[in-house]
Amino acid sequence: MSHSYRVAFQTLVAKEFLRFIRIWVQTVLPPAITTALYFVIFGTLIGSQLGEMDGYRYVDFIVPGLILMSVISNSYANVVSSFYQAKYQRNVEEMLVAPIPAWVILAGYVSGGVARGVVVGVLVTGVSLFFSDVGVHSYTVSLAVFVLTSILFSLAGFINAVFANSFDDISIIPTFVLTPLTYLGGVFYSIELLPEVWQQISLANPVLYMVNAFRFGLLGVSDIPLWIAFLIIVGFILLLFAFALHLLKKGVGIKS
Amino acid sequence: MNALTIRNLEKTYGNGLRALSGIDLDVEEGDFFALLGPNGAGKSTTIGIICSLVNKSAGRVEVFGHDLDRAPEEVKACIGYVPQEFNFNPFEPVGEIVINQAGYYGIARPEARRRAEGCLRQLELWERRESQARSLSGGMKRRLMIARALVHRPRLLILDEPTAGVDIEIRRSMWDFLRNINVDGTTVILTTHYLEEAESLCRNIAIINDGRIAERAAMHEMLRRLHQEDIILDLAAPLNEAPPLRGVRLRLLDPTTLEACMEQGHDLNDLFAGLQAARVSVVSMRNRQNRLEKLFLERVSQHRIEGGGV
Repeated sequence: MSHSYRVAFQTLVAKEFLRFIRIWVQTVLPPAITTALYFVIFGTLIGSQLGEMDGYRYVDFIVPGLILMSVISNSYANVVSSFYQAKYQRNVEEMLVAPIPAWVILAGYVSGGVARGVVVGVLVTGVSLFFSDVGVHSYTVSLAVFVLTSILFSLAGFINAVFANSFDDISIIPTFVLTPLTYLGGVFYSIELLPEVWQQISLANPVLYMVNAFRFGLLGVSDIPLWIAFLIIVGFILLLFAFALHLLKKGVGIKS
Repeated sequence: MNALTIRNLEKTYGNGLRALSGIDLDVEEGDFFALLGPNGAGKSTTIGIICSLVNKSAGRVEVFGHDLDRAPEEVKACIGYVPQEFNFNPFEPVGEIVINQAGYYGIARPEARRRAEGCLRQLELWERRESQARSLSGGMKRRLMIARALVHRPRLLILDEPTAGVDIEIRRSMWDFLRNINVDGTTVILTTHYLEEAESLCRNIAIINDGRIAERAAMHEMLRRLHQEDIILDLAAPLNEAPPLRGVRLRLLDPTTLEACMEQGHDLNDLFAGLQAARVSVVSMRNRQNRLEKLFLERVSQHRIEGGGV
């Protein structure tokens, strides 16, 4: 990366980081509170009435899924809201008139999303330690899945923002697509509990692979072979990156 | 060397609207150039294409010899752009907006801070560097956009109606600032609806209408082409009818206001001598309209008749 590209990238990342840190009450605090409530209700109150799942207490079983759920929603929300606002307020033009290649702009926004995903993920992990005593089975797998998932959903958020024409458009996908996929992605249960036909349908849900790979990283158990999970995650990242870059280069939604 | 070369530039929007129909334009390095035209003529589209905010349909754009298609980043590095509408994040502090813009041009943070301070001081915004941009007045916001456009020291500054909506005092101080920028070597291209602004600042001018260049000339040459000058005279005492005068057409607008229409170059002393002889006492006088405004309206309407435009 040339010096000027590096400076532009750092500028964009710092700006994105400051943006969500400045409004931490809106961006960082709510997921911590929501996750604490999940642990209290599903983990401690209801979970104590359930037996073990995959050989773990229910509260321990849901920890990886809840952490990853907060990473997914926050990475996505950060990029979709930030880039859409930049479009809406037209300050995206500050970048378009500057000598920054499209891939640097995309990398800057995605890094901002990953930064928020990491901050929220670490906070939620901290909250989870009050309710469970989950350890780490594989640091490498955990960290890789954590970061790759954050990249994937930051890219998805960027694409949503490119096509969004109103503030409604940036909440439709998270509400009607992302949330159902996450809740049905094995956060709260093992797919082995489902009937055969629903197990097969669940395999079409990409979130399932991420949640299971992350669960393997923390607990050492997974419904999906690890290599398939990584293949799916990396495949989606490459696909979404290429699409997002194409949109940005063409100026879809931002140039007339 | 040309600061800007445009050849056969065309733009048709997705809805079928043909905004530019083959524009050719040259702006020399160091020029102070006005691009004028009525609303919807294609000024902002042209500027949008030069600044990479609008995709062109056909044609070629070169900035200081760099081709926009082949070397877009070199082109962008040469240009500072001040848009018509505010396009900064209103919640960001003023200083950060300028520093970040420098960062986008690859200027490292310490140097970006120094340059931002220089620009903000020049434009009298340094005291407001910590304020959110939304708290600035309209004139300050305009100046912020100029500071932001100058922080990377562009060779070509493009201003799209930079003084729209600002009061006359601030407008005049911005004119002085822009004149100094130009004297220091920056080529300036300006679009404006204040034709007095273009007449006061610019050395060369192009009038764009219906997506075509209707006129391109040096300002002094353009103004010389005006054949007639209209002067309004305020009279000391009311008249019943305008007196006849040789070489001047006089018309009474109201009992104490007289309009004098004469060929450009007509000696004003003859006019006043004639009025004195007719015992008409004048207390004040002014131009009926800005000279360039008159020419602009002539050219635009002529172009519409010839081209069958709206």
